[in-house]
Amino acid sequence: MSGAPAISTAGLGKRYGAKWALHDCTLEIPRGSVTALVGPNGAGKTTLLQLVIGLIQPSAGQVAVLGGAPSTKDVLPRIGFVAQDHPLYRNLTIAETFRLGRKLNERWDEAFARTRIARLGLGERQRVGKLSGGQQAQIALTLALAKRPELLVLDEPVASLDPLARREFLNAVLEAVAESEMTVVLSSHIVAELERVCDHLITLTAGRTQLAGSIAEIVASHRVLLGPRSDAGSVARMHDVIRESHTDRQTTLLVRADGHVYDSCWEQHEADLEEIVLAYLGYNPGASASRSAAVAS
Amino acid sequence: MIAFHLDNRSGVPAYLQLVQQVRQAIRLGILRPGDQLPTVKEVVTALTINPNTVLHAYRQLDLEGFTEGRRGVGTFVAADPAPPPTDKLRTLRASLDQWVGRARAAGLDDESIGALFAESVRPAGAARVA
Repeated sequence: MSGAPAISTAGLGKRYGAKWALHDCTLEIPRGSVTALVGPNGAGKTTLLQLVIGLIQPSAGQVAVLGGAPSTKDVLPRIGFVAQDHPLYRNLTIAETFRLGRKLNERWDEAFARTRIARLGLGERQRVGKLSGGQQAQIALTLALAKRPELLVLDEPVASLDPLARREFLNAVLEAVAESEMTVVLSSHIVAELERVCDHLITLTAGRTQLAGSIAEIVASHRVLLGPRSDAGSVARMHDVIRESHTDRQTTLLVRADGHVYDSCWEQHEADLEEIVLAYLGYNPGASASRSAAVAS
Repeated sequence: MIAFHLDNRSGVPAYLQLVQQVRQAIRLGILRPGDQLPTVKEVVTALTINPNTVLHAYRQLDLEGFTEGRRGVGTFVAADPAPPPTDKLRTLRASLDQWVGRARAAGLDDESIGALFAESVRPAGAARVA
């Protein structure tokens, strides 16, 4: 059982009426990894996460979590989940919130929850609704972690937090990973700080996945090529082009490399993760005529 | 004990930055044989960094002979942490100085020299085909 990946999906899809919120998604997330799920708002991130935790059922394909179906009694207690905006019962005190956690979870670790609250400098009699946004996020995270999950799923966990609270939240998640070999999947529309926090990445646009794999491999398998102006057709025959932009004299390409050898007219550069992700999400600065004179760096 | 720092804009992968900082600290004598490196969790807390990145760096240092990981205890600087071959280093340095002299004589400025050098030390997989 421990050999099974944390998450594996095959042809997974979810349809609402005529619209596919997630379409033909096949991927595998290894145990112990920290995976970022990146995409614009409405891309299907929450749908994918809700399928993973068994909150909704697929319209097509399969999903297996920790070797089983997500909503079964064997798997569900081993998954921790923090929903977007960290929903909590605002009128409960921290102690009451923990009592709820204890009653609802067979694997509840009370000592862990109390230690965390003490470290955060909070009192158990404080009312949850009176806490700051960062503190509420920490309480929601504590609830999920005290379950001692093997898989922790976080939906846009830091989007609503200020930079300091964001740091503290991610620190708490990563410390838990260091201690327990837990697998983490978190969705985000912020790419910048993910490279430091995550080792795997999935991009999702309009219900479809483009990239899914280790960040090191993703970065290693892409190149930026800079060369004399070339027409799009001939370039596309030679290269797997993700994004292209042209000025009157120069063509800049982001290509999938895969050990390809390039013609010497192309100057090669390494691509950074943010550049790659943005290209897959459809951002193309060269496409806009007003910016076509911009010199690629 | 040493404190790590990460430069997000250097383009050098985080694990490699950690490896380089430990190697450097050993070469400079800031870390001595038997010294313990920060635990994975300490590095995670200090840098908000993925624990797998730290483990990757420590494994790499073990492999290179700079450190010894002791399971359940920690990672320590090795008794004989791969000392640089000083005589070879001196010869290499001298021939590089000569080369730089020739490049300047040929009219290259510092930026061009740097670019040429960077081109040569680029990893084999990324080498441009001339």
